[in-house]
Amino acid sequence: MILPLLIIVPLLTAFLITFIGGKKDTAAVILTLFAVTILLCMSLYSFIITGAQTQTYQMSAWAIPYGISLVLDPLSGFMMVMIAIISFTSALFSIQYIRHLQQDWKYYALFMLLLTGMNGVVMTGDIFNLFVFMEIALFAAFGLVAFGGKAEEYEAAFKYAVMGSVSSTIILFGIAVIYSATSSLTMSVIAQRLPLLDQKMVLWVGGLFMAGFGLKTAAMPFHAWLPDAHSSAPAPISSMLSGVLIKALGVYVLIRFFFNVLGAPRLFLTLFLVLGSISILVGVFLAIGQWDMKRLLAYHSISQIGYILLGLGLASPLAIFGAVFHMFNHALFKSLLFYNAGSVELALGTRNLKHLGNLSRILPVTSGTSMIASLSISGIPPFNGFFSKLVIIIAAIKTGHPVYALVAVVGSLLTLASFMKVQRYGFHGEKIIEKTVNKVGWSMNLAMICLAVLCLVTSALIIPGIREAIMDPVVNVITQKSQYLHVVMGR
Amino acid sequence: MKSHDGMTLIVKTVTRLSVWLIILYGLYIILHGHLTPGGGFGGGVVIALAFLNVLLAFGHKFTGEWLKIPLLEKLESGSTLLFMLVGLLGIFYAGSFLANYIIKGSLYHLFSAGTIPLLNIIIGVKVAMSLFLVVWVMAAFKIEEEEEQ
Repeated sequence: MILPLLIIVPLLTAFLITFIGGKKDTAAVILTLFAVTILLCMSLYSFIITGAQTQTYQMSAWAIPYGISLVLDPLSGFMMVMIAIISFTSALFSIQYIRHLQQDWKYYALFMLLLTGMNGVVMTGDIFNLFVFMEIALFAAFGLVAFGGKAEEYEAAFKYAVMGSVSSTIILFGIAVIYSATSSLTMSVIAQRLPLLDQKMVLWVGGLFMAGFGLKTAAMPFHAWLPDAHSSAPAPISSMLSGVLIKALGVYVLIRFFFNVLGAPRLFLTLFLVLGSISILVGVFLAIGQWDMKRLLAYHSISQIGYILLGLGLASPLAIFGAVFHMFNHALFKSLLFYNAGSVELALGTRNLKHLGNLSRILPVTSGTSMIASLSISGIPPFNGFFSKLVIIIAAIKTGHPVYALVAVVGSLLTLASFMKVQRYGFHGEKIIEKTVNKVGWSMNLAMICLAVLCLVTSALIIPGIREAIMDPVVNVITQKSQYLHVVMGR
Repeated sequence: MKSHDGMTLIVKTVTRLSVWLIILYGLYIILHGHLTPGGGFGGGVVIALAFLNVLLAFGHKFTGEWLKIPLLEKLESGSTLLFMLVGLLGIFYAGSFLANYIIKGSLYHLFSAGTIPLLNIIIGVKVAMSLFLVVWVMAAFKIEEEEEQ
C-alpha cells in the first residue's frame, strides 16, 4: 500500500505546484517541504518494514508476467532512505538559496519530478518502466542544470542532454535485445529465462547495459559530461545529482541488473574492478588541479564512484557491504560539500579558491561543516568515510587483490591532499574576509548541520550489532543473487 | 512587424476551413482510443497540430488572442492532476493504483472499457496542451531575441 504512494506523492506535488504556480512561490515552498517531509517518514517506515519481508505491488491489479510490478526489498528501501535524506536537506537548503534566482515554483516543480524519477527507478520491477522513470529524472535534471540561465549553464545542460540521450539510446537497444530474447520486460521473469538461453545473449545485453548505465554512473571512460553538469547546476541540485542521481540511475541499476538479473558474471565483475580503479586514480588526479570549488568536487564524485564499483567488483559480502556503505556515506558528505560550495558562492559571489581566504569568522557554520565533510571524504577517523574505505581495502586484501587495495589507498591519500588544498585556500587562508555579498540564512545552515551530524552518526553502522540489523539485509539482497527472483515470483 | 501577421490570404482561408476538421479528427482518435489504433497521445498530437496550423497561418498575436494561453496552461497541469485522481480512486475502489473500477461494458461499444476512455481523454488534453505550449514558448523566445537585435 505504501509503495505507489512513494511515487505518487512527489508526482502529485510537482503538478500541484505548476497548477497553482505563477506568482505564489511561497505555496510552492510549503508544498515541497511538506512533500519531502512525508517522503522522509514514508521511506524510513518502508525501510523498517522491508527488514522482515519484501513487499511487491501490482499496478492496475495485473498479475506479474503481464503488468508492471513495484518491488520494495531492503536494497530499494535503503536507496529510498538515502534519496529522502538528501532531498529533504536539499529542499531545506533551496528555500533561501533559490530566492536569488527567479520563478522559484518552476524550480520546485522540476525538483519534485526529479524525485519522482529517482523513487520510481529504485522501486520498479519492470525494466521498461525503469527506463521511463529514468527519462523523467534525466529530463528534470537537464532543466535544473540550466536553471540559472547563463550561457555556460545552457552549454553544460546541452552537453548533459546529448550524453544522456546517447546512453538512453544504448539502454533502449539493450532492453529491445532482452525483450526479443526473453519475451518479457519484468526483471524477475528475465532473470528466470535468461540462464536457459545462449550465453552470448548475456554478453550482448551486459555490454549494452554496461555502456549505457556506465554513462549515467560517470565511471571513467564515460565521465566527460559530469564535471560540467554538476558544477553548473544550482548548489542544491549539484548535491542531488552528485549525491543521489548518479547512484539511483547508475550504481543501483548496475547492482540490480548485473547481480540480481544476470547473476554477476565473472567478466563484468572484472570490468567493475578495472573501471573502478581507473576512476579512483584518474578522477582524483583531475580533481587535484582544479581551482573552481564545485568542479573539484565534481571530479571527486568520479573518484568516489570508483570506490563503489571497486567494492562491487570484488563481490565478497564484506566488499559489497563496503560498497553500499560507501555509497550512503558519499551521498552525505558530497552533498554537504556542495552545500558548502553553494553557501560560499552565495555569500562571496565566487567559488574560485584563489579568491577565497579565511572564512571561519564570517561563515562559521559553513567552514566548520566543510571541515567535517573534508575529513569524511578523505577517510579520517572517526568520520564515516574512513570506515567504508577501510572495509573496501580490507576486503580487497582478503580476496587476494593487493594491487586494487593499493589503488584505493593511493586514491584516498590524493583525496586528502586535494581537500587540504580546499581547506588551506578556501576556508583557512591568510586573507581575512570581512564583507559578504549575501547572507547565509538559517535554513542553509540547518541543512549543513543536519548532514554534518549524520556524517558522524552513520559511522555507527560499522558497529557489529547495528550493522547486522541495518546493513546485512541490504547486502544479502546483492550477494544472494537468485533470491530476488524467488521473492518477487513467490507471491 | 509584417512577418508576425501570418501568411497570405489563401493560406488563412484554407486554415480557417481545415482547422476544425483537424480538431474533429483528433477528437475522433481520442474517443475511439480503446477500440481502434491511436488514443490519447495520437489524438492529442493531432489537436496540437491544428493549433500550430493556426499559429503558422495567422501569427503569434492573433493566436494569443484566439486561444487563452493561461487557461491552456491550467488545463495542461490540471489534466495530470485529474489523471492522478482517477488512478488514486482505483486504490479506494479496486485496491490498486490505476485499477479499472468502472463497469467494462461490451466489446466494440463506444461506452465501454471502464476508465480507459476517460484516461484517454485526459491524456489527449495533456498532450495537446503540452505540445502546443512547448512550440508557443519557443516561438515567443525567438521574437524576444529579434526585438533585442
